[in-house]
Amino acid sequence: MKIIAIDRNGAEHIVEGRDGWTLMELLRDAGLPIAAECGGACACATCHVYVEDSWLDKLPPRSDAETDMLDMALAVEPNSRLSCQITAGPELDGIKVTIAPE
Amino acid sequence: MTQRIETDVAIIGAGPIGLFAVFELGLLDLKAHLVDILDRPGGQLTELYPEKPIYDIPGLPIVTGQELAGRLMEQIKPFAPTFHLSQMASSLAKLPDGRWKLTTDADTEIVAPVIVVAAGGGSFVPKRPPIAGIDAYEGESVHYAVRKMDAFRGKNILIAGGGDSALDWTINLAPIANKLTLVHHRDGFRAAQHSVNQMRELAAHGKINFEIASVKALHGEGSALRAVTLSGADKREWEHACDTFIPFFGLTMKLGPIADFGLNLHENLVPVDTEKFESSTRGIFAIGDINTYPGKLKLILSGFHEAALMAQEAFHVCKPNEKLRFQYTTSSSSLQKKLGVA
Repeated sequence: MKIIAIDRNGAEHIVEGRDGWTLMELLRDAGLPIAAECGGACACATCHVYVEDSWLDKLPPRSDAETDMLDMALAVEPNSRLSCQITAGPELDGIKVTIAPE
Repeated sequence: MTQRIETDVAIIGAGPIGLFAVFELGLLDLKAHLVDILDRPGGQLTELYPEKPIYDIPGLPIVTGQELAGRLMEQIKPFAPTFHLSQMASSLAKLPDGRWKLTTDADTEIVAPVIVVAAGGGSFVPKRPPIAGIDAYEGESVHYAVRKMDAFRGKNILIAGGGDSALDWTINLAPIANKLTLVHHRDGFRAAQHSVNQMRELAAHGKINFEIASVKALHGEGSALRAVTLSGADKREWEHACDTFIPFFGLTMKLGPIADFGLNLHENLVPVDTEKFESSTRGIFAIGDINTYPGKLKLILSGFHEAALMAQEAFHVCKPNEKLRFQYTTSSSSLQKKLGVA
């Protein structure tokens, strides 16, 4: 599977996906500027991404913890997600996300 | 007023690795002072994930961030370190006698032969909303904390955020503000329920306004704010008059003044050797998440190891003419005396 990631300058990156990894881990290991300060504990909101609308309903809904943590993210939109809370798999092949501003 | 301290080691950062460094240094009779921008020791453990379980601390099958910080504080108690909290290490200078002088933004000066940078991901500083031109208003109309409440008396205040800080300050500033509006992107909060209830009560009685929206733009002249553009859930935008904006979106880590300490940096990390964990500058060590070397893993347990090896070399820097006696806490009565158990 592949992930299409748009960085903060608008440049598009194709990131190789791995089943079972979180989107945050994949973006981070691809060298994209995602802080992920808490390391994936849903405790910092610094792995905030916008998911392209057409992909939103293919994702499991936000947990309460993720919704709460998004209160600490900046510039939250209806398509905001924390990428550490999304697990990659074949059903997400081609998912398009934009890294939120910091 | 400047406070000048002389000690063996100044540690920047009171997170788990800075704390454990006190222990390893203490066993070698080296005294330490710690500086941290947060108001309590613990660093990321207590700031980011106090309630989250950690499973990879050797010998502790499960421990929360808060508990680990507490255990470390207990472990280093015999060495009575001095904490300089709510202070940022702001500059570092070499003295003619070869020692270092670390100065904080609260004018504390720590003079020591050894500096240990255990700063993790950097200083915890407030998150700054990505709104164009916000920096022009900072300090005058835009604030990230409330230090003196009186400075906000009679103001038309806009508070943004949905956490405890946003709600607490909404409640506390409401009585002295001319007008106060809380803006949050949803009708739900990551805050204590009683604060939420209190805020809703104030809103119901017209003492404050609550808007479900986010701040898109700031308008004013120079550093004086006049209004903001708010955007609601339906993308409707409107102007909201206010002269003071206080965004509360928690903290993030920024390297801060350490970047200007003259250290060799690689992508905001301090390269060190893996024998002494010393930077390219003699007497300045870096341990924990802030350092980098081939094979580096950002794990607490790696930082503990780094602290132990750093302490050996710190001893040689502090006491160049003394022989280091390697001892085990299990068998050494002199170490046990230091620990207060013999």
